[in-house]
Amino acid sequence: MTEKNKTAGMSLIVKTVTRWLKGFIFLYGVYIVLYGHLSPGGGFAGGVIIASTFVLLTLSFGKEYSLGKLGKLLASELDSLGALLFLLVAVSGIIWGGIFFLNFIEKIAPSKHFHLFSAGVIPLCNIAIGMKVGASLFMVFIILAVIRVREVNGKRKLITTEKRRTKT
Amino acid sequence: MTNNIITLVALPLGMAFFIPMIGRKLRWAPDLLGNITTFALLVIAAGCFQKQGIYHLGGWPAPLGIVLVLDGLSSLLLLIVNLISFLATLFSVQYLEKLYTSKLRYYSLFLLMVAGMNGAVLTGDFFNLFVFLEIASIASYALVGFGCEAEELEASFKYLVIGSVASTFILFGVALFYSHFATLNMADIASHLKESGFDQISIVASVLILVGFFVKAALVPFHAWLPDAHPSAPAPISAMLSGVLIKAIGIYPLARLAYNILGMTPLLVSVFTYLGIISMMIGVLMALAQWDFKRLLAYHSISQMGYVILGLGLGTPLGILGGLFHLFNHSLFKSLLFLDSGSVEYETGTRQLEKLGQLAKKMPVTSTSTLVASLSISGIPPFNGFWSKLVIIMACLQASRPGLALWAVLGSILTLASFSKIQRYVFLGQGKDFDLEAAKQWHEVPLLMRIPLLVLTTLCLFGGIFLIGGLEGPLGPGVRALVENSTVYISKVLGR
Amino acid sequence: MIYALCFVLFLIGLYGVTCKKNIVKIILGMVIMEYAVNLFLILSGWRKGGQPPIMDSQTNMETFVSRAVDPLPQALVLTSIVIGLGVLSLMVAIAIRLYERYGTFDITEMRRLKG
Repeated sequence: MTEKNKTAGMSLIVKTVTRWLKGFIFLYGVYIVLYGHLSPGGGFAGGVIIASTFVLLTLSFGKEYSLGKLGKLLASELDSLGALLFLLVAVSGIIWGGIFFLNFIEKIAPSKHFHLFSAGVIPLCNIAIGMKVGASLFMVFIILAVIRVREVNGKRKLITTEKRRTKT
Repeated sequence: MTNNIITLVALPLGMAFFIPMIGRKLRWAPDLLGNITTFALLVIAAGCFQKQGIYHLGGWPAPLGIVLVLDGLSSLLLLIVNLISFLATLFSVQYLEKLYTSKLRYYSLFLLMVAGMNGAVLTGDFFNLFVFLEIASIASYALVGFGCEAEELEASFKYLVIGSVASTFILFGVALFYSHFATLNMADIASHLKESGFDQISIVASVLILVGFFVKAALVPFHAWLPDAHPSAPAPISAMLSGVLIKAIGIYPLARLAYNILGMTPLLVSVFTYLGIISMMIGVLMALAQWDFKRLLAYHSISQMGYVILGLGLGTPLGILGGLFHLFNHSLFKSLLFLDSGSVEYETGTRQLEKLGQLAKKMPVTSTSTLVASLSISGIPPFNGFWSKLVIIMACLQASRPGLALWAVLGSILTLASFSKIQRYVFLGQGKDFDLEAAKQWHEVPLLMRIPLLVLTTLCLFGGIFLIGGLEGPLGPGVRALVENSTVYISKVLGR
Repeated sequence: MIYALCFVLFLIGLYGVTCKKNIVKIILGMVIMEYAVNLFLILSGWRKGGQPPIMDSQTNMETFVSRAVDPLPQALVLTSIVIGLGVLSLMVAIAIRLYERYGTFDITEMRRLKG
């Protein structure tokens, strides 16, 4: 019992299969985000799949590995960046078209239907939302399941038990 | 200027996500950016006051797309929301230093709440109203439990569950309206209801939506979350919650629904007036028994909302004028009272009336402003509370319902009684467990916390001038937007 | 008929929120209620003999407009699911912290705010 639980994560079979599959799952999530204007999916569904890649990494390899790949700080920055990108796209509607959220790419350069680079502003919005939702859900998982709150010097700090990454 | 109303929603949303990004690198950035944002919002809202306009999002015409409607009522509420939020952010610069640690998240959540309230007041689309209402509510659930003590978390959880159930009711009502009329635009639903009358689905949907908003506005018997949630929040958040949140997402949609969409029937008039009277009396009777400063103020919020619903529910122009003016006044003096309790807590570290005392000499600004606000809320002339309560009582008499006027006067007298309790225990005299040794170090609060108190005190003293002109004055367009029923609203939004 | 079943599901969720003492059961009741409302909203867009509202380059516009189900409730439900996710994660986070403070999940033990 003591020898088996020395290394973090799950058994060797799970680790090998995850190592093969993680790229494909991530790519599938990106595919759903990019083709959101042509087939079902879009930003939110693709973002959930992208987040589940990192959740799978955390479950199979342990928290040090996946926090090394996408730490809490980077996830928070990506989250805010995705939201700001979405707002930038909406404000560009004002700059180039005069109305908030106008599909200005479609008005300036109308494109052929049913291709990947069509429907104007919608793929950009999908990418921004996908980035935000993926980072957000991964952060929610990390905060709920991985990080513990300890009383240190009378104030509360968030600690992950192995790194010296402490934040108030 | 009406093309700028979209900034009122987009700017706080953008800054709410921008502040965590740069706030980690620069220490002074969150305070400065938060205050600049709310000041800019206040300037835009003051510029939009009493203007009218329609803004189509994305260029799609109504009723296909989402429209933002700026009319008399929206502009009045926008001014209230942005004024109180600017003063609250000014107060919280110093307040957060002592008591809480994570300023980034505080400002982020605060700006999200302001964005949600601005959007809920401006929108003309039912589902959009639900989305903005949820944004503002979720931000406020997180802010209530901000300092993670046991009692604050318990209050936050209670508020969360009750508020979410109310939002789910509202969504169910919107879903029923959509499945019946195939449109989500408020003006379109109003025109359908005018043509075809009320059938069973419409009645069920309206009842569900009305109940959901009664919970959000904290009227008795749906008030159970408010006495726990408002005291547990940090003081500027309590001022925001009690001063603007229950109005922007509670009273405003009720007024909009009852007058412009459903049409004011005698049934709705009696529902509103009876709910108003019950809220008024139960709020003030429970407040008399409290020994916690902020809990007493929270129960008074319930009772003053009863006054507003009584005024709005009478159905006459004078009643609506009284209701709207009391809404405006209440946001001023209730936020002033909560900011006062915040400064008392900042200095003395406690909220219990038994442990406080003799603050009139040591904290002159705080005690003067509490005195002014207490006299305002009890309706003593010449403060602004007196004028609004007078208009409500006169409207009750004019609508030939003298019983209601009698209840209103009784409520006012009991309000005066409970506020004299505060004055006696906190400022002029002392409580039972008062500790003279600890009291020697108490002094006045820092400058940035004093400025909002002084501004609000001045507004309370001279607030009566807003009533000059009656229906032609500053409050006129707000009253007219409601009184003209659905026809003018529909023609303004849809253009037919 | 199926709309009445949605309403029954809503009432089951409401029973869970109001009558259960364990915080986790209250959270689950809340989830069931939101699920019921989303289900009702999607079902309101159904059309008899309907097809998915997805176009490609070979669709004919007339048959598409007359056969496809309503796509607007699907967009509304997407938004509603995201909002429900936000509320759920906040509820669970507060429940975890409440357990750390009070030591129990029973709401009858958490009665410090009274009166």
